[in-house]
Order: sequence, then C-alpha cells, then structure tokens
Amino acid sequence: MSQQTIFYLWDCLQYLINGITQGSLYALVALGYTMVYGIIRLVNFAHGEFLMIGAMCGFYAIRANQPMGVAIILAMLSSGIIAIIVERVVYRPIRKSGRIPALITAIGTSLFFQYFGQLTFGADPKTIPPFMVEKIYTFGEITISNLQIGILLITLFVLFFLWWLTHFTKMGKAMRATSYNLPAAELMGINTNQIISFTFFLGAAIAGLGGMLMGYTMSVEPLMGMNLGTKAFVSAVVGGIGIIPGAALGGYILGIAENMVAGLYKSSYRDGVSFFILILILLIKPSGLLGKNTKEKV
Amino acid sequence: MNYTGPSHKLLAFLTSLLLTTAVMADIKIGVVVPNSGPTATFGQENINGVKMAMSKIQKTSKQKFSLIVEDDKSEAIEATNAIRKLLNVDKVNIVIGEVTSSNTLAMAPIAQENKVPLFSPAATNVKVTQIGNFISRACFTDDFQGVVMAKFAIDTLKKKNGLIVIDNSNDYSKGLASAFKAEFLKNGGKLASEENLTYVQKDTDFQSLLRKIKRANPDVIFLPGYYQEVGLIIKGARALGITAPFLGGDGWDSPKLFEIAGPAIAGNYISSHFAPDDKDPKVQAFVKDYEKTYKVKPGAMAALGYDALGIVVDAIHRAKSSKSEDINAALLATKNYPGVTGLISIDENRNSKKAAVVLETTAKEFIFKNKVNP
Amino acid sequence: MDYYLQILLLVGIFITLSLSLNLINGFCGQFSLGHAGFWGVGAYSSAIFTVFHPLGLPAPINMLVALVIGFLSSAMCGIVIGVPCLRLRGDYLAIATLGFGEILRIIIMNTELVGGPRGFINIPHWANIFWVYAIATLVVLFMLRLKKSAYGRAIIAIREDEIAAENMGVNLFYYKLFSFTVGAGLAGIAGALFAHTQQFLHPSNFTFTWSVVILVMVIFGGMGSISGSIIGAIFLTIIPEVLRFAGGTIAEWRMTIFPILLIVLMLARPEGVFGTREFLEKNGKQI
Repeated sequence: MSQQTIFYLWDCLQYLINGITQGSLYALVALGYTMVYGIIRLVNFAHGEFLMIGAMCGFYAIRANQPMGVAIILAMLSSGIIAIIVERVVYRPIRKSGRIPALITAIGTSLFFQYFGQLTFGADPKTIPPFMVEKIYTFGEITISNLQIGILLITLFVLFFLWWLTHFTKMGKAMRATSYNLPAAELMGINTNQIISFTFFLGAAIAGLGGMLMGYTMSVEPLMGMNLGTKAFVSAVVGGIGIIPGAALGGYILGIAENMVAGLYKSSYRDGVSFFILILILLIKPSGLLGKNTKEKV
Repeated sequence: MNYTGPSHKLLAFLTSLLLTTAVMADIKIGVVVPNSGPTATFGQENINGVKMAMSKIQKTSKQKFSLIVEDDKSEAIEATNAIRKLLNVDKVNIVIGEVTSSNTLAMAPIAQENKVPLFSPAATNVKVTQIGNFISRACFTDDFQGVVMAKFAIDTLKKKNGLIVIDNSNDYSKGLASAFKAEFLKNGGKLASEENLTYVQKDTDFQSLLRKIKRANPDVIFLPGYYQEVGLIIKGARALGITAPFLGGDGWDSPKLFEIAGPAIAGNYISSHFAPDDKDPKVQAFVKDYEKTYKVKPGAMAALGYDALGIVVDAIHRAKSSKSEDINAALLATKNYPGVTGLISIDENRNSKKAAVVLETTAKEFIFKNKVNP
Repeated sequence: MDYYLQILLLVGIFITLSLSLNLINGFCGQFSLGHAGFWGVGAYSSAIFTVFHPLGLPAPINMLVALVIGFLSSAMCGIVIGVPCLRLRGDYLAIATLGFGEILRIIIMNTELVGGPRGFINIPHWANIFWVYAIATLVVLFMLRLKKSAYGRAIIAIREDEIAAENMGVNLFYYKLFSFTVGAGLAGIAGALFAHTQQFLHPSNFTFTWSVVILVMVIFGGMGSISGSIIGAIFLTIIPEVLRFAGGTIAEWRMTIFPILLIVLMLARPEGVFGTREFLEKNGKQI
C-alpha cells in the first residue's frame, strides 16, 4: 500500500472516532425529542432551546465559581424546570386542538426563546473555562482525548439509566403505558398529566447535560439549540421517533456520516448529508430504522 | 463695570450660531445593525461603539443629531426593510451599516437609488462599494489584509514555506486567502501543499484538518477565519505538535479567542483595524471610555462603529448642508480623519485607505506589533 | 413612500406564497415544511436567466419568461420531491419536505455561480408592485376557480378523508402530486417576483424559518381558506414592521413579541381566523 492509502485508512478511523463523539451529543439531545414524541406525538421544536437555557445557567454557575459538578446539575435542573413550565403553560392547553396548532405553538416557543436569549444573555458566544487538563492519547496516526472518552461514557450511562428507568421502575412503566395508549392509561388510574410533565422534565434535563458538554467542547450561545436541535431531531426520526434506542442509533449514524463526509469530501456538505440520510431512511422505512410499520385502519 | 465686552461676545456668538447652524436643521443619522440573529455578536458591539461616539459628539457639537437605530435580525429582507424605513419614513440624511458584507450588498442598491449615502463600518468584501457612488466604508477591504499578512510573513517573519487553510463557508476567508496567495508567491514564498485545506463555520472537530497540516509541515500557516473555529484549530494544532506560527485577519479579533484557545494561542499574528494597546492618546481615551461604559474591552467592531460615526459627523460638519448629495460629496472627500483605527482617507474606490495594524497574540491578549501602510 | 411600497410589495409576494402553500397544506392536507426551498429555487433560477442569459427583448417580455422559468423550475423540483415523498403521511411528510428544503438551500449555498454565501447581486429591477399584484390577483382567481372545480373538490376530499376519497375513485397520488407541483410552481413565481424587486438574493432568505413564516400565514388565516391566507399574509408581514414604530423597549423586543402573539393566537383560535370558511361566508356554505 502506498503512503497515501495508509493515511487515508488512518483518516477514516479518526473520522469514525470523531463521529462517535459527535453522535453521542446528538443522541443525548435526540432522547428528549423521542420521549416527548412517543408520549404526546408532538415534535417539540423548542427542545433545542431548553438545552440552550440549561447551558446558559451552567455557564453562569461556573462564572459564579461553582464547581463543574454543581454547574451540570444546575444546568439539568434549569432545563427541566423550563420544560415543565412550558409544557404546563403552553403545550397542555393546545394538546387537544390537533397536531398542526401544537406544532406551530412549539415553533413559536422556540423562536421566543432564541430571541429572548439573544437579548438577555447577549449574542456573543461564551466559553466555559476548562476544569480539567485535556489529555490526548495517540495511537499511530489517530488521536483520542479524554474528553471524547468522557462524552461517550456519559452518553452510555444515560442510555443505560433510561433503559433501567423505563423497564424496571413504576414511573417508567407508567411512561410506557401512556405512550402506548394515553386514554387507556388514564383509565388504568395513571396520572397522565404528571407522566407527561415528568417526561418533559427528563428529556430536557438530559438535553441540558448535552448542552453543557457541547458548551464545554465549543461555546455557549443563544442560537446553539437551533443547529444541535435540528440535528438531534433528524437523528430521532432516522432511528424511529418515539423509540429510545432509535434515538441513540440515529444520533451515532448521523454523527459518523457527517464526519466522514466532512473529512473525506467537503465540510460544507456536512449539514446536507444528515438531511440526505433522513430522506433516504424515510423513503425506505418511513417509521425509522427501529420503528414499526403501522397499517392505516379504515 | 464694563458691560460692553460680554454683550459683544454674546452678539458674536449669536451671529456665529446663526451662520453655522441655522442653515442646518436637525440631522438624522440612520443605523442598520444586526441586534439579533447569527451575526448579532458583531452588531451589538458595533452599535455600542456608534452610540458612544454619538454621546461624545452631542456633548460638544452645536449641530443637533439624532440617531435612529434599526435591527435587521441578520437577514437580508429585514435589512432592506429597515433601510427603506429609515429613508422614507424617518427621512434620514445618511445611513450607517451594515457590519456584514452580504447584508450591506442587499441594502446598497436601495441607498444608491435614493441617492442617500450608505457608509458601512465593517463590510470588507470588495464588491460592496462597486454598487455605486453613494456606497463607501470605514474599513479596508479583504484583499488588503491578505497582502499585509503575506508581506509580514516574508519580510518580518522570514518564512517562505506557507500553507493556507480556508473557511469554505464565507467569502471573507476566500478573499483574504487569494490575496495572500498571490502576494506570497510574488515575493518568493511557496506553498507546502497544493491541496486546498478547508473547513466550515460551526465545525467543532478539526483533527483531520490538523493532521493534513502536520503532514505538509509548513513553517507558516495562513488561517483567515473567525475566532470560534480559529481558537479550536490553534489549540488542537499546538496539542498535536505543530509549532509553525498561524497568521490571520480581523476575524480573529475578539477577546473570546483567548478563552477558546487558552495559553496555546501565544505567538501568532493577525492583521486588524485597531490595537487596544496602541500608545496613541486617542486610542487610549477611547479604550478607557468604552471600558467605563460597557465594562468590557472594545474590539475592532466597536472601534469601527466609533470611527464610522465620527467620519460621518465630520463630513456633515464640512458639508455645511443637510442635503444627502452634499454629505456624500464631503464624505468621499474625507482626508486624514484621525480615528481610533488610524488616519483615514476615502480613496477613489470609496474604500477607506488606512494603515492596518499587525497584532501579536500572547497567552492573554493581542499586543501591538507593527503598522503596515497601504 | 418607497418604504410603504416595499411593505405592500412584500405583502403581495407573501399572498402568492401563502396561497401556494395553502394549496398543498390547506386544500390537500399534505403537511409541507420546505416551502421556502421552492421559493428559493424559483428566485435563483429566474435570476440566473435574467442575469446571465437575458433575451434581446424588452424587459417586460424577459420578465414574463423569468416568471415562467421560475414556475417550471420550482414545479420540476416539486415533482422530483413529491413523487417519492407523497407516500409519507403527516409528521413524516413534514420532516421529509423540511429536509429537502434545507438540501435545496445548501446546494444554493455551495454554488459559486450565484454568489454562494455572499449573495446574488446585480439582478435587474424588472418587476414592480403592478407585476406583484397582477400575479397575486391571478393566483387568487385561480384558487377560487380551483376550489369550485372537480379538481378542487377531489383535492379537498383527500384532505377530509383519504380512504373515503380513494373509495370514491379519487386517484390519491395524482391529485396529491398535482397540488404539490402546482403549489411549488406558484412559490417559484413568487420567488421570481421577489428576485426582480429586491435585486438581491441570499440563501438566508430561504431557510426553514421562512418556511415556518409562510406556514404560519396559512394557519393564521385558516387552512383551506383563500381569504384567510390573504389576511394572514397581510397581517404577518405588517406586524413586525408596525412594532418597529412602537419605539424604545417594544421595538427592541419586537422579535420576541411576534412569537408570543403566535402562541396566543394558537391558544385562542387554533383553527385560524377563518377556519376553512371564506370571508363573508356563512357556516353552512362550506367549500
């Protein structure tokens, strides 16, 4: 093999690793989309903005000399609480009015928080100061940083936690029941409103965590939720919206594909490739990779 | 007791007042900036500079000015709506704006059609002022910065094995890169790799790019991008053992660069409009005032906004008329205006001709290295 | 005056746009979130014609050709996207069209010929307010006729109940594709008008956010209501501009007031101002 080919193969491996890191972030954010959609069939466009608010709160906590751990918890809590408030004030009254008004309301909420964020926090990107030394491990031509490993581990932990929560706790069973059939769950004595609030809280808190990780690797700014949110949403659909493992799968597929295309071809098509995959999947299997095909009933 | 003196003085004062200001009504200056949207970070800093210049002028000037600021959400449609509103509803005499080249290009035909001068503080794309004779700017163009840095690399740093890394998502980066390449090759430099090394805005991972740089092994790297990605690239490059200095343009010029890149940023060079540690008393007074008002150090955008308003007001004073045509003529005749971004003259292409400063990065801030005249 | 004319002109363009989307979303019930992409394709393709290869004929004739090109290119994109996507339903169709809209924009962004991210400049000023309103009037008339025609009734039947419509012998795919293609083409015409009145195009005009703005116009007035789309276009173009004049804090916060108004409207009247009815039409006289 020529030197060129060897470099090419090394590069591919490196893009794969970078893709996994980026995919982890997408997966974390996609989980919230998928959980909310699974339970009330709403594409929550404001999810990215919950993430932004969490990251902002985390940033200000660190600026107020709080340790990283406290900041992450604050970020998750603030994302979650905002989500509960938005669900209670805006989404709940609109739930019965049908899909499209609910979708428009979600978009309105998203726009509101974007502009609100720019006017209150300022539009400039804010950097979270490092709290640990970034170590870089080199294997041949590829490099992995401890931060990348950390992000992957955190994501895996969150996925494991969710799996445990939905399968082995009362709350989780209630969530699955509500997602399967909301009126029936209500008849069984499940407080569905409470379950929906909890789902919003959980999804947003995980997004808040994703926001902090994203903010730590790059920066925190009022529009950060827009890009990351769209990608995460696409991930959720690719994996099969409403299905928790699907969100993770979609996130990793997107992350890896984007990095491969950006690295090997042209980085200006990075955004294009995720939409291309989205459409491809929708055409082949409209309910997503892990989704079940449902026949329409008369 | 002697009453004659003061009353004479009073009379003289009143006549002078009549002669100088009675002919000019309240002059309205419109400003279009992105106060929200993706480029709001530039717009918000820019408008701070403009407002500070305005409050300073209002303290001393006898002429009354009013400043009307419109937000354009960083979008072209909104920018054209905003300038039309300023021109037709507020009937402004002159418009300052926008900070980005694309939105300035959107507004330029409208200003030209209405024959009202449009003065951009920071649109550096060459095409902007080619729209017509009512469009001018307070900054130099992209090309000039590329030339400055190529000369700096060869003459001052004595580095001849260069490499260019381009942000493929904007014209700014491409413009600087092509000017740099031409000048660098002309003066005896050569490129370490013919392959185009590119990235796009919002990329967060640069490992692949960095490894390509490492393999090319250049001794100087031209990286005309914006600070967010630049910070990450340089941080990664130093971690990977790339020691060659990076050169850049005014897109690096933000205090955020140091937060993003950390101590790895030391020892690189950029061309910019303005140096906060320039010993010039004008600059020092500006930096002090700005820090007092806004609690942060001013960047190039603030300085350009400050100078843009200064130049406009200076032109209005010289025009002695509130007619837009006269103001434009005076504006285009600006010679050696002493601004905080240098001695500014508007050249025949309606671009600002002034020195660029080369700044060196230390671990914490930009320090003034030298001045390069056009 | 020019400013008010510009607002009036944008209102006219948005009337065409919201009606074209209403044909897809309101009449046919196919949820599209990529309409700004079609608008952009029409704008860019017509501008490519007038900037690079105008015919040696008077400007109005060139403009007519530009409108036709805008229509054809967008309609073609409509077919290309519609054929595979219209199998999808509801949210999935919305997401697929969103994806296509973004892909169209990313392609424009990466095309050096049309200025890429810098923007497309030097487009001739061949259209004006008369063109805009002549087209808007034609589109309104077309929609009114369509609503009463056999085609229109078939399309509305699909919205009301796909399965029932299919049982009545309505060719679902044909009528869906028809409304999708014509809707896209009309958006292309709006794009051609937009290009030749603004004289400047930028990819950021054709983002997902603008698809949403157009959609909101349709929903504001009421899905399937022609007068509703007109009212929606007027109201949503004028409100942000009116807020400019409110001065001080309100003007500064106008971009947050807009989404709040939107949410309040949805909470208060989710079916839009007119529902599916027309202006001055009684409840019983639907369709």
